[in-house]
Amino acid sequence: MSEPRSHLDRLLRSDTFVVTAEMPTVDGADPAAVLRAAERLRGRVDAVNCTDNSAAHPHLSSVAAGHLLLDAGVEPIVQLTCRDRNRLALQADLLGAAALGVRNVCLMTGDDVTAGDHPEAKPLYDLDSIHLIRTARILRDAGTYLSGRPLDSPPNFLVGAVENPFAPPLEFRPMRLGKKIEAGAEFIQTQICFDLPRLRLFLARAGDLGLLGRVPILVGVFVPRSARAVRYLRDEVPGIDVPEGILARMASVPEERQWEEGVRIAIEIVEEVRTLPGVRGVHLMAIRNEEGIDAVLEGAGLLPRPARVPVG
Amino acid sequence: MLAAMRRTRRYRTRLDRRPPATAPPVRGPRRVLLALERRSKEALFDCRMCGQCILHSTGLSCPMRCPKNLRNGPCGGVLQDGRCEVLPDRPCVWVQAWEGSRRLPLWRDHLLHIQKPVDWRLQETSSWENLLTRRDAYAPPGWVAYEEGRRG
Repeated sequence: MSEPRSHLDRLLRSDTFVVTAEMPTVDGADPAAVLRAAERLRGRVDAVNCTDNSAAHPHLSSVAAGHLLLDAGVEPIVQLTCRDRNRLALQADLLGAAALGVRNVCLMTGDDVTAGDHPEAKPLYDLDSIHLIRTARILRDAGTYLSGRPLDSPPNFLVGAVENPFAPPLEFRPMRLGKKIEAGAEFIQTQICFDLPRLRLFLARAGDLGLLGRVPILVGVFVPRSARAVRYLRDEVPGIDVPEGILARMASVPEERQWEEGVRIAIEIVEEVRTLPGVRGVHLMAIRNEEGIDAVLEGAGLLPRPARVPVG
Repeated sequence: MLAAMRRTRRYRTRLDRRPPATAPPVRGPRRVLLALERRSKEALFDCRMCGQCILHSTGLSCPMRCPKNLRNGPCGGVLQDGRCEVLPDRPCVWVQAWEGSRRLPLWRDHLLHIQKPVDWRLQETSSWENLLTRRDAYAPPGWVAYEEGRRG
């Protein structure tokens, strides 16, 4: 087997249960904001996703954030979306990220501009996520641009993708996972999971298609701070399936104890998904609830993490 | 005067290499073909005249109606009841594609094929003509070489 491309790659090939988390977004030009987040997560998760204008709101760029994380000794996963760049800019940023030392990318279509604070903007969608995944593999493996023009030195990164097992058309989702693997995805991070039966069904179908084990799957786990946060996910974030039971459970405890309940829900989900076939880790997400992520890391027994050994 | 205008027009055409917002003037039988395709497919499929039709691979649901122009499957934002996240008054084009593909006697597994990137130069041209002339066979050379390499 070839050399691992990154610390994350090495862990995904081992039998470690991998933990990634999402960087809080940064609105401003002060690198200290990124470094503060890095401090908090260093040594506590295996890699950190730098989102690309998440929820279609502009933030400090994912490539820049990834670079700052590297400086702080944290393994970044740089996300790129098809919404804001055409195929030229996407390839340029893939090379740029690689040149700055980024060894993991995660490629996706992206929320539409209408979901963000610049709904009047021109969305690009020149490529779709599957085209972008394949394009990253062409840059890396063929050493050429999409045009066929050769690169002087190809990038070396692990190519990740996302999938949402919880959005319609549910029966097509495992096949779409297959298409992403076929296009070249080497790890998958899923959308936030609350609905375990749905996840089990998705994995079973993926198993029927011979996909399990072909690619490590990291299940998205959200750490809700309050019942309001859960309601926000359900009503404002497209594509997230929030079962009534979860909301009812959060709402059933008094407000000052909802944070604890949220942590408990997240821990239960982590413990459940750990046992599922094909699941190689979790991807922790929160909205302004870094303490919640800390509590889940401890409560679910995810600490200590293996030391980060950068790949040369 | 007229000659100068013609020269300017020719010069402008050469400079302006963006895809035309509307179809470049086509004449004769090509014009009939274009009109025929537009009329029939707009009425039947709400076709967007991308000039590189893959309707048979997408359950006869035109993927260019997807606000994200996704040609390989649905995005992750489809609402729980199957509506589009961007245009919530409409069903997701890919939910329709999935259902449509199950009803088709042929091409069902075409939903699993990886579709190449869109050639935006073909907007507003006739996909029938592009099929006959093989103009729709174009894919970025790096994409083609990679696929051939994978096939070995």
